[in-house]
Amino acid sequence: MSVTVNLPTILAKFADNSRAIEADAAGAATVGGLVAQLAERYPALGPRLRDHGGQPYPFVTFYLNDDDIRFSGGFDAAVHDGDEVTIVPAIAGG
Amino acid sequence: MTQDIDAARGTDRATPALDSDEILRYARHLLLPDVGIDGQRKLKGSRVLLIGAGGLGSPSSLYLAAAGVGTLGIVDFDVVDTTNLQRQIVHGTSTIGHRKVDSARDRLHDLNPHVHVETYDTPFRANNAEEIAQDYDVIVDGTDNFGTRYLTNDVSVLLGKPNVYGSIFRFEGQASVFATEDGPCYRCLFPTPPPPGMVPSCAEGGVLGVLPGLIGTIQATETIKLLLGIGTTLAGRLLLINTLDMQFRTVKVQKDPACPACGTRTITHLEEYEEYCGIPGQPSHNSDTTVQANSDDITPQELAAKIQRGDDFDFIDVREPQELSIASIPGARLIPLGSFESAIPTLSPAREIVVMCRSGARSGAAVQALRSLGYTRARNLMGGILAWSDDVDPTVIKY
Repeated sequence: MSVTVNLPTILAKFADNSRAIEADAAGAATVGGLVAQLAERYPALGPRLRDHGGQPYPFVTFYLNDDDIRFSGGFDAAVHDGDEVTIVPAIAGG
Repeated sequence: MTQDIDAARGTDRATPALDSDEILRYARHLLLPDVGIDGQRKLKGSRVLLIGAGGLGSPSSLYLAAAGVGTLGIVDFDVVDTTNLQRQIVHGTSTIGHRKVDSARDRLHDLNPHVHVETYDTPFRANNAEEIAQDYDVIVDGTDNFGTRYLTNDVSVLLGKPNVYGSIFRFEGQASVFATEDGPCYRCLFPTPPPPGMVPSCAEGGVLGVLPGLIGTIQATETIKLLLGIGTTLAGRLLLINTLDMQFRTVKVQKDPACPACGTRTITHLEEYEEYCGIPGQPSHNSDTTVQANSDDITPQELAAKIQRGDDFDFIDVREPQELSIASIPGARLIPLGSFESAIPTLSPAREIVVMCRSGARSGAAVQALRSLGYTRARNLMGGILAWSDDVDPTVIKY
């Protein structure tokens, strides 16, 4: 089961500069499971994606395909083969 | 999802007549079925408030003025600086050192003398935001810090005015329309801002000069659509632009029933949000950050004296490698903030440690991390290399 994770440049540097990661989500049925897998693969990325309690930050929004996961169970939102997860951090430049 | 501003403005909205010069000037608009003479008169009767005359406010104000929006309000307390001109194209070399609001007003008047420009040479704060914003139809968020973004959002929601949002970082940008009648707001997307130091500012992280051009012109487009009540705006959607891959995509922004601003409406008045953009305390040498004052912090003069005396201490620079090629202080060891935490074990808690960055914000975060781990002799270089340039070595470039 393959899921694409899109990272913004600001986070890509913590993942060997990959802006799109193909993750095998076989063992990770949820967005949270996927994030845990990414955190293991890229230790520096983990703390940027979730807090000490393993929950998403209010200033980093996760999209499962086009939908904000806050409204579909948060990290418990189920992922399926071919899904796309897009991570959008708050940025403030102007 | 379009929202016609007529409703918000009531039935007595002014649609002033166009003179012959204006009819000629706006000819290409008048030919558009969705604009025409009625639409152009609507634009002339409209009032748009731009928060910030910087990277985003430059292109958006230029295009809104060119389009004939009758009144443009511009809020900015800054002065034009050489480093602005790589992207802030409403300003010019001839206006370096001028107030940004004056520089922008003169340029906009040159572009279109029919546009009335109202200037607010002041920070946009909780104590003036409502008064400034209340007479405008649409608010354009071109600010450069989280504090003013949340303030701009909240005042837009409170006053029931659409907030045309744009934000940029390095090669990526975001745009949306918030606070329409039934639409979500910025707090629905990002309920709270990141803690200080977690996200670098443009001044620290850099930004592709043309990027605010892309996002700012999208903001101007959305503003005109809102004013005319045409098309489908970005309300309920977030546009993400990545210029490196040149990818544009939109994702949904849902209205959060629990949002304290537009959902439960528990936010009933404005508060200062200054702590969001940096840290509470005194302003730094640059408008984008503030630094926390601490009695253990060190001034540039004190640091210069320590170096002169040959004191034994660890001197750490937490900036990014590319910043060193612009300006540096000899003797500092580079540990970029992103890898600072993992490098802490290489430092001794028994030794005095001076940490520096550009403005004192990132080094402040590093010093806080050190102190929380028992490095009681960690000190922040107040005002960073900018203050060093001001107070010790003016040959060091301020960037």
